[in-house]
Amino acid sequence: MLILGPIGFTAPWLLLGLIALPILWFLLRAVPPAPVRRMFPAVSLLLGLEDDENETDKTPWWLLLLRTLAIAAVILGFAGPVLNPQQEQSGDGPLLALVDGTWADARDWQRRMDRLDLLLSDAARAGRPVAVVRLTDLPAGGLQFQPADAWAARLPSFEPSPWVPEAETVLEWWDALDAGGFETFWMSDGMDYPWRDALLARIEGSGGVTVFESPRPVLALRPSVFEDGLLVIRAVRAAADDPMDVNVAAHGLDPGGTPRVLARASLQFEPGATEAEERLSLPPELRNRITRFEIEGVRSAAAVSLADDALRRREVALIAGRDDREGLELLAPTHYLEQALEPTADLIGGALDDLILANPDAIVMADVASLASVEEEQMLEWVEDGGLLVRFAGPRMAASDISRDAEDPLMPVRLRAGGRSVGGAMSWGEPKALRPFEPETPFFGLAVPDEVRITAQVMAQPDPTLAERTIASLADGTPLVTRKRIGEGQVVLFHTTANAEWSSLPLSGLFVQMLERLAVSTRPAMPTLDELAGTTWVPDQVLSAFGDVGDAGALPGVAGEMLSDPVPGPDLRPGLYAGQDRRLALNVIGLETELAMASWPARVPIEGLEVARETLLKGAFLTVALGALMIDILASLWLAGRLTAQRAGGTAALLAVLIAGGMPQQGAAQGADAFALEATTEVVLAHVITGDRTLDQMTAAGLRGLSRVLYERTSIEPAEPIAVNLETDELAFFPILYWPVTEGQPIPSGEAYAKLNTYLRSGGMIVFDTRDSNVAQFGGGSATGRRLQELARPLDIPPLEPVPEDHVLTRTFYLLQDFPGRHASRDVWVEAAPPDAERIDGMPFRNLNDNVTPVVIGGNDWASAWAVDENGRAMFPVGRGFSGERQREIAYRFGVNLIMHVLTGNYKSDQVHVPALLDRLGQ
Amino acid sequence: MIHPADLRAKAEDLAGPLPPLLAAAEHLASTVLLGEHGRRRPGLGDEFWQYRPAMPGDEARMVDWRRSARSDTHFVREKEWQAAQSVVIWTDRAQSMRFASSDGLPTKSMAARVLALAAAVLLIRGGERVGLTDAGLPPRSGELQLLRLAQVLAEEDETADYGAPTTKGLVSHSRAVFLSDFLGDLEPVEAALTQAADRGVKGALMQILDPVEEAFPFDGRTIFESVGGTISHETRRARDLKDRYLERLAERKDRLQSLARLTGWQYDCHHTDRSASAALLWLYQALERVH
Repeated sequence: MLILGPIGFTAPWLLLGLIALPILWFLLRAVPPAPVRRMFPAVSLLLGLEDDENETDKTPWWLLLLRTLAIAAVILGFAGPVLNPQQEQSGDGPLLALVDGTWADARDWQRRMDRLDLLLSDAARAGRPVAVVRLTDLPAGGLQFQPADAWAARLPSFEPSPWVPEAETVLEWWDALDAGGFETFWMSDGMDYPWRDALLARIEGSGGVTVFESPRPVLALRPSVFEDGLLVIRAVRAAADDPMDVNVAAHGLDPGGTPRVLARASLQFEPGATEAEERLSLPPELRNRITRFEIEGVRSAAAVSLADDALRRREVALIAGRDDREGLELLAPTHYLEQALEPTADLIGGALDDLILANPDAIVMADVASLASVEEEQMLEWVEDGGLLVRFAGPRMAASDISRDAEDPLMPVRLRAGGRSVGGAMSWGEPKALRPFEPETPFFGLAVPDEVRITAQVMAQPDPTLAERTIASLADGTPLVTRKRIGEGQVVLFHTTANAEWSSLPLSGLFVQMLERLAVSTRPAMPTLDELAGTTWVPDQVLSAFGDVGDAGALPGVAGEMLSDPVPGPDLRPGLYAGQDRRLALNVIGLETELAMASWPARVPIEGLEVARETLLKGAFLTVALGALMIDILASLWLAGRLTAQRAGGTAALLAVLIAGGMPQQGAAQGADAFALEATTEVVLAHVITGDRTLDQMTAAGLRGLSRVLYERTSIEPAEPIAVNLETDELAFFPILYWPVTEGQPIPSGEAYAKLNTYLRSGGMIVFDTRDSNVAQFGGGSATGRRLQELARPLDIPPLEPVPEDHVLTRTFYLLQDFPGRHASRDVWVEAAPPDAERIDGMPFRNLNDNVTPVVIGGNDWASAWAVDENGRAMFPVGRGFSGERQREIAYRFGVNLIMHVLTGNYKSDQVHVPALLDRLGQ
Repeated sequence: MIHPADLRAKAEDLAGPLPPLLAAAEHLASTVLLGEHGRRRPGLGDEFWQYRPAMPGDEARMVDWRRSARSDTHFVREKEWQAAQSVVIWTDRAQSMRFASSDGLPTKSMAARVLALAAAVLLIRGGERVGLTDAGLPPRSGELQLLRLAQVLAEEDETADYGAPTTKGLVSHSRAVFLSDFLGDLEPVEAALTQAADRGVKGALMQILDPVEEAFPFDGRTIFESVGGTISHETRRARDLKDRYLERLAERKDRLQSLARLTGWQYDCHHTDRSASAALLWLYQALERVH
């Protein structure tokens, strides 16, 4: 092999061919391009015209250069050029390749494997037996020295493990080996471990050691914790040197159930610092959805921290004492509670015994006086197990005898009869404000707004325990909130109502804050050892060393004791563990884990991972030669005048296609713009592409016919109708979508339905036409009718009814009572009128719903009746003779009314038109 | 060889969209009997033309008494002069006409013959007499003449590279139409036109060119040959010739134009890639304008 700088040649003798190039130059130069013979009648006019110069006799120099370059590239290509030719590494005897295989290796695993591959191929060339060992997955027996090829085949199946081996495991394994007489390549992950020095000393005893280390920094993410309402994200690194920025992304499911990045934080490592911290303020709604945090751009289990229940939202049950009175929403006892708790908690409602079975985190009872004894027992049990019961007073509680003489177990204090009201018409004094919260109460630190006033409350009996149970009081010292602990749980009583009847507290932000402090206070992140004892935790999701979260599959459960002070290992893989009622995250990096760089003694040689790959350049050279020859063809044709406009056009088109291949996005965007312009420049009727060509053409012709009629008779002047592809086209531009239903029509995708629903909600109308004249009688199951049901199932369609006689469709332009198309079935369905619509005496019409019906469903095959060809002639027969033409006319009139209805809404529903309409109707 | 029926069908197609000569002529408001068309001047005829005040010398029986009774002066009722015309057509059949630069275009010869026959169809429908100069087909009217014309026009017999018009068969004071590419020697054309003008024959020159002959889109080393192969010209760089060629072509057109003006003829250039109806319309109007 001949080596020139970074390039080597495998067949250098071929390079002698380059000497022939100058000869070629002269040969090519002598040959002029051949003439073209053309038939040309006007040659008589050319006779006697002389050429100005004789330049093209010889091939131009640039073409010669091109050809010479092409030939040179061919010669060079076949000489076998190689970039970065590899020189073999020397060495003999058995070789041990030791790979740490921990999570820290995962950040550049592929490069490590490449390096190992190179090592193995060198060993194969030298014929050395090799053993490859991963410290996280130690082989059971001794070292297996095998031919390097055998190991190379197994390399792709090697993977790092998301844990660090234990010191005693590693050292015991080595001591058990009958080790000696081999060279060792140690592929270290760069981290310092307790066993590192000990193992190095042992290995050096059996032969030479070379260490490979990657220069890439080791980054890790600690589990996020919740402090003072903020999420604290901490990242650590092994080497404390230059400043560095890392981005941490919080992943989770969005409300639509799609995994996405919910938040991002940017962490900055100061120079010399190994830890960086960022506090993230997230709305609880978002915080509750986070499933894991990840350092972006780092593939390692340490860069991922799974979030567990410590960041989850509470489940709160709401119980109101009074039946809801319809229409009085703002007076409902739980209205303000729902408003306050909804963003931060999952609210559940229902019967009390069901609610207790659901084991919510908190139960809020608004103005509930007494419970049945069974319920009371269940409730007490639940509170003792750690439940939080929050009760609000109210007229019922004030009127009842609860906790009057003896303290009720589920009440924090005894109550006086009747309660009191201050500042009312029949009482003295001003409504009372709140006293600032005492230290040691859960509300301490909350600002008390001035405008909060309490006008009525239930009064606590002065008992010895009252002072210690009071956690908030009014300005005059009467208790407003009292609390009692029962077992693990507690009962809290607000002495006023949860709605605005007795106080303005629920109207203020303080109410929300107080509830947050009470009901939404987070649980301790980690259960204690006592709690864990005897429990079994099932892995739900496990983390790979690369930081990918995967399903745990059939991994066995682990005992709770192991989780109290967890050390990840083969038996306790990092991941998410599900217990009885909560989930615990076990991350590779704990809150206390420190990262340290491995320090190697000076006697051990350390290599980086740089691998200069051998690159064969033969293909590249030949491609260049081929390209040059292609250009030569075009240039020669051009010189000889044979590159006519037509051919040049073809070539240009080919080039354009090649170039345009690089930017298809732009084309698509332009297409969308053109579509939007076409659809919005004028009013356009649209129909859905069903995939049936004949039907689509017929529908387009129908809408064309209707457009012409509209143009002639009304002030609506539509342009040519547009066919709409539900999957790709934007629907918002069209006032109406005509959708003929066929049996074989494919069901649109979920995204298409999302678009359709948005379209319907924003005022669009879809006309479904089953074209079989009878399916509109629902239950009569024709094939297209069943298809219609399948098509329309995911659509957001309100209740329907057959068009009532006074529907606005009957009078938007023409006065109509029938809606025939090619068929004359009377059943056409539209959105039902509201149940309370009533007809006023003397008025011909009810005052009906305000909006446009989002769907019209019928089977009269209107499009066929409307269809006209290019010349305006009807395409399909309707009925027979004059009555048929009359039916077609009525069909057109229905179409006009339909479009008028879409575009003008309930305009003709307005009672202003009644006199004129009555006049027209002859009443 | 072009089948005569085929040629006739094509010609009829082309003549179809144009209304018959008489009907289309809006200025001839009241059409006369088929076979005659008004000369828009008073003369012998059946159709009323105008009333004019009686002049001294008019005979008393010429006065229209009914009209004159309505005013104080006397009026004479005049009829329109009606007569039929003879039109003689010459189409160039030389080899140079059998050329089309691409498959989609008709040859110049085809274009010329279709135009000639279409004009003949229109003229014969309008009652004129139509004949050919060199084929010994004297001007006659009637549908049968159309068949004869088609028969003769479909023949391809000329072997010369460039054609020259003959005045054989030109009737005095008739009309004539010459269709050719006029790329050959212009002397015979000049002679024929002068001779025709001497006999009081007026008409139209239509030069038919292929778009390539107008654009000269050639480049590189090229040998140009005439269709018959008798003339050839070699150039090393065709692009350099373009300007000079176009100059010569323009010069030739100018010469034809001035020749036509001198002899009272009309001149137009038609390209085979343009609409033939436009050329036909021009031809019709050119024949009208001569009056």
